[in-house]
Amino acid sequence: MELLRFATAGSVDDGKSTLIGRLLYDSKSIFEDQLEAVERLSRQRGDEYTDLALLTDGLRAEREQGITIDVAYRYFATPLRKFIIADTPGHTQYTRNMVTGNSTADLTLVLVDARKGIVEQTRRHAFLASLLRVPHLLVCVNKMDLVDYDEAVFSRIREEFKAFATRLEVTDLAFIPISALHGDNVVQRSLNMSWYEGPSLLHHLEQVYIASDRNLIDPRLPVQWVVRPTASTVPDFRGYAGRVTGGVFRPGDEVMVLPSGLTTTIAAIDTFDGPVEEAFAPMSVMVRLAEDLDVSRGDLICRPHNRPTVGQDIDAMLCWMADRPLAEGDVVALKHTTRWVRAQVRHLHYSLDVNTLHRDDSATALGLNDVGRVNLRVTQPLFYDSYRRNRFTGSFVLAAEDTNATVGAGMILGAD
Amino acid sequence: MREVVAEFERPVLLFSGGKDSIVMLRLAEKAFWPARLPFPVMHVDTGHNFPEVLEFRDRRVAELDAQLVVASVQQSIDSGRVAEDPGPNPSRNRLQTRTLLDAITEHRFDAVFGGARRDEEKARAKERVYSFRDEFGQWDPKNQRPELWGLYNGRHRSGEHIRVFPLSDWTEFDIWQYIAQENIEVPSIYFSHRRSVLRRDGMLLGLNQFVTAAADEEPFETNVRYRTVGDMTCTGAVESMAVTVEEIIAETAVSRLTERGATRADDRLSEASMEDRKREGYF
Repeated sequence: MELLRFATAGSVDDGKSTLIGRLLYDSKSIFEDQLEAVERLSRQRGDEYTDLALLTDGLRAEREQGITIDVAYRYFATPLRKFIIADTPGHTQYTRNMVTGNSTADLTLVLVDARKGIVEQTRRHAFLASLLRVPHLLVCVNKMDLVDYDEAVFSRIREEFKAFATRLEVTDLAFIPISALHGDNVVQRSLNMSWYEGPSLLHHLEQVYIASDRNLIDPRLPVQWVVRPTASTVPDFRGYAGRVTGGVFRPGDEVMVLPSGLTTTIAAIDTFDGPVEEAFAPMSVMVRLAEDLDVSRGDLICRPHNRPTVGQDIDAMLCWMADRPLAEGDVVALKHTTRWVRAQVRHLHYSLDVNTLHRDDSATALGLNDVGRVNLRVTQPLFYDSYRRNRFTGSFVLAAEDTNATVGAGMILGAD
Repeated sequence: MREVVAEFERPVLLFSGGKDSIVMLRLAEKAFWPARLPFPVMHVDTGHNFPEVLEFRDRRVAELDAQLVVASVQQSIDSGRVAEDPGPNPSRNRLQTRTLLDAITEHRFDAVFGGARRDEEKARAKERVYSFRDEFGQWDPKNQRPELWGLYNGRHRSGEHIRVFPLSDWTEFDIWQYIAQENIEVPSIYFSHRRSVLRRDGMLLGLNQFVTAAADEEPFETNVRYRTVGDMTCTGAVESMAVTVEEIIAETAVSRLTERGATRADDRLSEASMEDRKREGYF
């Protein structure tokens, strides 16, 4: 069954958790014991109705403060698809969570409060979805019940959002008017908005076409682990295991190994269950090569006529996630595919205000939750594509060398 | 799994004989085939195990020619590291944490594979695939490393370790589908069988040397199976006639209770009991 990963983003009180609770509840993915626990809690707090947000806010601090702190993952399935929701909090200080949730999402769902219209956070969510190149953007105008299900309110928000979105790189954009609280257009089409002729939210999630979002053009296999059994039953066995991050590999294909640049052919693609005839993203596989080359973890297998860029100077958009600012000259650890290198910030071109999209060319450092364009010099060549072309060979994370904490996420810019 | 083995010195895989850890073991077998498992498997033994599960554990470990480490809660009690709860039929569930952390220290494990899934419990929904633990083994849910694109940061200092949850994104339904697809053997208690049980706190507990009927409890015999495998004192059975994996899948698809809500007394203590145990270093 096909899997759709989507990230949700909304401001405080947009009703995001309520919407997710509603999706789970109406698609019958909530279990009775979970619902009972939520009903009990709601009664204890004196809520007027069962607060479905309590289904997702799992940590004590979240329930006490009535907010979502960390990315929470939720699972549900319909007969057509499986879904993983990355539920990301909307507050300013938690932008890093939104970047995290979006990094693996096929679709981003942005919630807008019909009474408030597009606010600063709406723009930020849309920008971050486009920065992370989430292929599909869906805007749900929520709380339509509080504006008398008025079509004019919905249209106004839609047009305003579209005007803003022309400044972003959004390939697929859709709008749905809903009421998460009452369930209008969430699973069933709403009887209160007969003027709306599109699909319900769940229907949209089930039908949105995602099969073509994968890169099947550029063969890339970063070597994760060299399988070398010491058993006499399989003498001289040497398999190169890893996750295919792009393109298709088949036995007999001529391949090149980076950084050595040596070429050979694929002898076989082996699995525990027997050989396979092709491997493509995101399969984890093991290939054997026709010739005994020196290949180790961190190397990359590609095709001689379709190679990634090899280089030590990286131009990238960076989202900084640490309290301590990042300044020119700073050195951090960088993980790209299956290798760690050290990286020094050579130049900070500009920082970008994620709310206004305003560029600050005079910036000298990136603060917590800032986004900026940087030049990095790394200690060993990386084999990379632009993030636009490949989300996996085009991305990296940064870690602080002293605390080991993950402090940044980068998307490589390229010529294409 | 390959990523962890590549980046850590001393990984270990927790194996309880339960369905999730059985799936984990199969995934490990596949990830490193045709080589042997590049790490040992560890069972945290509460001393309250189902005999069917212990027998299964030993057989499976022998098949894989794997190295088994048993960390014993009884030993932790005997050596005074932990004290058993007072009262009749005490659960040793919470005590496992000390035993687990001691074993991690003793063997200097720096990465511990577990079969936990995010769909099991609310506090687990916020868990990372690489879950960082400080030198006291503690989990700090507000200070977790962001995980982007499947690029995992396993950097750590000596004495710290990570818990790794490769099944984070699986659901109970996925587990059974995989068991069916791969035709994997599971312990017999997962299938319907006759058992003497009693009803306690709305759960069916099997009678054995650790669970005895109180004066006001009426034991009876019925057809049951287990949805999870844990300490016998706090793992409840569900009434079921399912004798094949396919029949279990059919039951799971229409079940209206989560596996933990239905069968785990330890999670019923309070709204946040899993969060509290996890903070202390539980699985």
